[in-house]
Amino acid sequence: MVATSGSGVWMRRLRRALARRPHHLMRAGRALGVVVGGVAAAGAAYAVDLPEDRADAMYHFYDGGGTRADGPALLIRKKIADRLSISGSYFIDSVSNASIDVVTTASPYKEKRTEYSLGASRGADQVGSRYDGMFDTAQHWRYRLGVTQILTPRWLMSANLEAVSDNGYLGNPYRVAQVFGTLVQERYPRTRSSRALKLRAVGDIGQGEQRAALRAEYRYFWDNWEIKAHTLELGYTRYFGAQWLGEGFVRYNTQKQALFYADNAQSETRYVSRNKQLSDFNDVSIGAKATYAAGKIADKYDIKWNAQYQFMRFRYKNFTDIRTHSLYSFDANVLELFVSATF
Amino acid sequence: MGCQRRALAAVALGVAALLAGCAAPEPWVKPYERERLADPIMRLSRDALADKHREHIYDVRESGRGATGVQGGGCGCN
Repeated sequence: MVATSGSGVWMRRLRRALARRPHHLMRAGRALGVVVGGVAAAGAAYAVDLPEDRADAMYHFYDGGGTRADGPALLIRKKIADRLSISGSYFIDSVSNASIDVVTTASPYKEKRTEYSLGASRGADQVGSRYDGMFDTAQHWRYRLGVTQILTPRWLMSANLEAVSDNGYLGNPYRVAQVFGTLVQERYPRTRSSRALKLRAVGDIGQGEQRAALRAEYRYFWDNWEIKAHTLELGYTRYFGAQWLGEGFVRYNTQKQALFYADNAQSETRYVSRNKQLSDFNDVSIGAKATYAAGKIADKYDIKWNAQYQFMRFRYKNFTDIRTHSLYSFDANVLELFVSATF
Repeated sequence: MGCQRRALAAVALGVAALLAGCAAPEPWVKPYERERLADPIMRLSRDALADKHREHIYDVRESGRGATGVQGGGCGCN
């Protein structure tokens, strides 16, 4: 029995600068994070394996729904005295945004964010607009719990539970809602509380010398805005010879809308939003990943080259594209190219 | 709401039941039987940085959040 807890300190700084072009939002983000993760074992039966020492350098790319984001990212993870695993990451996200919100109704925004974490995490936002300056704040708390259990010599499973609480200004000062066909400033509740439970199982289904694994994941999410979401993911991984590893996966996510979401509200309510992220929709992904083990460098660093591609399709059930008056949908392409060194 | 509370209680009980195993670990799969489990293909999260990027993409576009088993992620947006 292994119990893992995400205890540690998580610091993050996010800076964004923006410049505006007609109907386009340019945003450059920069995040620096330091994570200290602890892994604890119960009982004296055996010790827990900490994650191996490792360094990753990645280029990531996303293009879909009018938004394009890309940039480099780095991660370094190191064990300390075989008791604690420490990691730091660096992530740059350059976003050029002509998403449907920006094109049709919204305008640019900027934000500052600082986040700390201790087994749980706490985040604080300052929210503002280019016209009014900083005018409000928001706080976020996250509590995580995870358990992994070996079931048989071929199968293991894990359960993760996470509770998130937010309070403060949770909307977007530039996004508008629609009431009786008129565009109005959206109105969000100032608190939100959500729960998510994820179950994962992975099993070795290889025969003889051929090693292959099957992975199944399910997450149920619910919150006090009455959003409910189901997410299912299945993956298959196998070796091709000694150096190549291939993976294929599919993912399906479906959610029910928030209580106060309305495409075009037909009554005056205290809260109203036309944020498509809170609407009724589903998205499907299909992806593949290839890993090439390039061997050791300097007798110490085990090098692996990786490429992952994912195609996503979003279908909205009650979010209308006001330019065409038909239900909105979009496709997205996600690419990750990275090299990792374990030592 | 009552239904949600019951669901939460059931989840808490389930997690408690799983954690209860921590108190009296009696691994029925012996260390010498774990050779297959040690292979990288058996990891729930093989590449932390890439998984974090994927979770970020989901976080920005879907309402569901958390319990991913991946450190970080996060949205940075409203």
